[in-house]
Amino acid sequence: MPPALLLQLNQVQACYGHIHALKGVSLEVRAGEIVTLIGSNGAGKSTTLRCISGLLAPRSGEILWRGQAIHGLKPHEIVARGIGHSPEGRRIFPQLTVEENLDLGAYLERDRAIVAQRKGEVFELFPRLAERRKQDGGTLSGGEQQMLAIGRALMQNPALLLLDEPTLGLAPVLVEALFETLQALHRVGKTILLVEQNAWHALQIAQRAYVLQTGVITHSGSARDLANLDEIKRAYLGE
Amino acid sequence: MSEALLELLPSVLLEGLLLGCVYAMIALGYTMVYGVLGLINFAHSEVFMVGAVAGVEVYRYLGPHVENPYILALLALVIAAIISGGLAMGIERLAYRPLRKRGSTNRLVPLITAIGVSFFLQDLVRLIEGLWHGEFYMNFPADAQMEALHDLPMGMSIQNKSILVIAVAVIMMLALDHLVRRTRLGKAIRAVAQDLPTASLMGIDPDKIIGRTFLIGGALGGIAGVLFGLLYSQINPFVGFVPGIKAFTAAVLGGIGNIYGAMLGGLVLGTIETLGGTYLFFLTGGALGNEYKDILAFIILVLLLLFRPQGLLGKTQGEKV
Repeated sequence: MPPALLLQLNQVQACYGHIHALKGVSLEVRAGEIVTLIGSNGAGKSTTLRCISGLLAPRSGEILWRGQAIHGLKPHEIVARGIGHSPEGRRIFPQLTVEENLDLGAYLERDRAIVAQRKGEVFELFPRLAERRKQDGGTLSGGEQQMLAIGRALMQNPALLLLDEPTLGLAPVLVEALFETLQALHRVGKTILLVEQNAWHALQIAQRAYVLQTGVITHSGSARDLANLDEIKRAYLGE
Repeated sequence: MSEALLELLPSVLLEGLLLGCVYAMIALGYTMVYGVLGLINFAHSEVFMVGAVAGVEVYRYLGPHVENPYILALLALVIAAIISGGLAMGIERLAYRPLRKRGSTNRLVPLITAIGVSFFLQDLVRLIEGLWHGEFYMNFPADAQMEALHDLPMGMSIQNKSILVIAVAVIMMLALDHLVRRTRLGKAIRAVAQDLPTASLMGIDPDKIIGRTFLIGGALGGIAGVLFGLLYSQINPFVGFVPGIKAFTAAVLGGIGNIYGAMLGGLVLGTIETLGGTYLFFLTGGALGNEYKDILAFIILVLLLLFRPQGLLGKTQGEKV
């Protein structure tokens, strides 16, 4: 029996102003999977995540979380159901300290001991953040801000983590470390939907993948199969 | 002549500090709402006025039953804070939120709404007071114990009520500082002010936080209304306009959106205005009297916008990612 279905998108359409960004996207994520969504710039990857987390209301179609419709809910209500979203462009709070940014990640967790424990784990993962804990988020370098954005998402400890381009601007060493982190999260049973420009890397750690092209899913299947498809190699893996 | 003027200086500065405390408390409401919504809530003048009127009513109805003038003042402060805070929240709920949900990006629309709410509240209070008491000019009753003077060094003296005003303002500002910097609500308010969509991804309900911000700003405005009444006694439904616009100036002076700027701006403006009000007459040989002090506040605003538009403590835009 396959693992439980967590998230399901059925024929989701969405618009930005007059731009028809998603033209009927269907995908699913099962418990414990890393699923990656790859595609070129402007294909609608971030828009898909924004629809899931409620930042953008789909024009039609449905989004089901554990079988229940969540499209139409507000972002904070969706977060409360266990979907964490680390958005495009990092979006850390520039005038809050590193530590305050992390605390806000665990805003819904009232138990201070749990918050402190998660913070300890994040600092273990990114010791750089521990050094800068009292510094304003806006004063961090791009790579540090990226660590903070991921750390903040981990503070939420969500059942499903939506990651939008988490490696953007990271040094290669940190990219490796981050992918190891994601695999470690996978081993402890976390579910991740990963949007990545670094398609090769994403396909290495994901079990399944979807390819999005101008608002339409063109390919889907196991990550290994997709990585071996010639047209995927040409278009996204630079071979 | 100049020696006499110099002798006056400490008392004038004290007077300026008192006025500055009132301005600062009102300015906080302007600046907090601007911080989360980018809106100049001109109806805040009337939230302040309603606080003063609520204070008068407390004195009218509870005064005969409460012996101790400090307890009475405290009751007036608490009740005015509740009424003004509730009113500010109601204004947000009924007037601003529906506009926000329509998704209009025109910033003039909420601004004009704020002015409309302002007029509405002025006349509503006039109507209520007119029906209730047959007139809408009110007084905070004088109390001998509150007016009692203490001598201070340098020829200054201070009334009990002035000590109360300063104490209340200092306590409220310290409490606000603690709330904004240390508490969960304070972090949420700052997060919403800096990046509302991302704050909602943290599980923060922005509408709830915006409502709380209006509540806090409104309560501070209501407290300022009672302090204003204790200092200057006479209250009417239109009494909010001038202090409100001065407090707005103070908020801009300090750097709009910055709560420490509002505190500093209020104190600076109160001091400059009182100094001007006292010395303009002497310096111009009587040509410009005390009534020109209001001009001073706005000259400062104009100069500031020319030379330091971000305000004393404000940061220049461009920090947002």
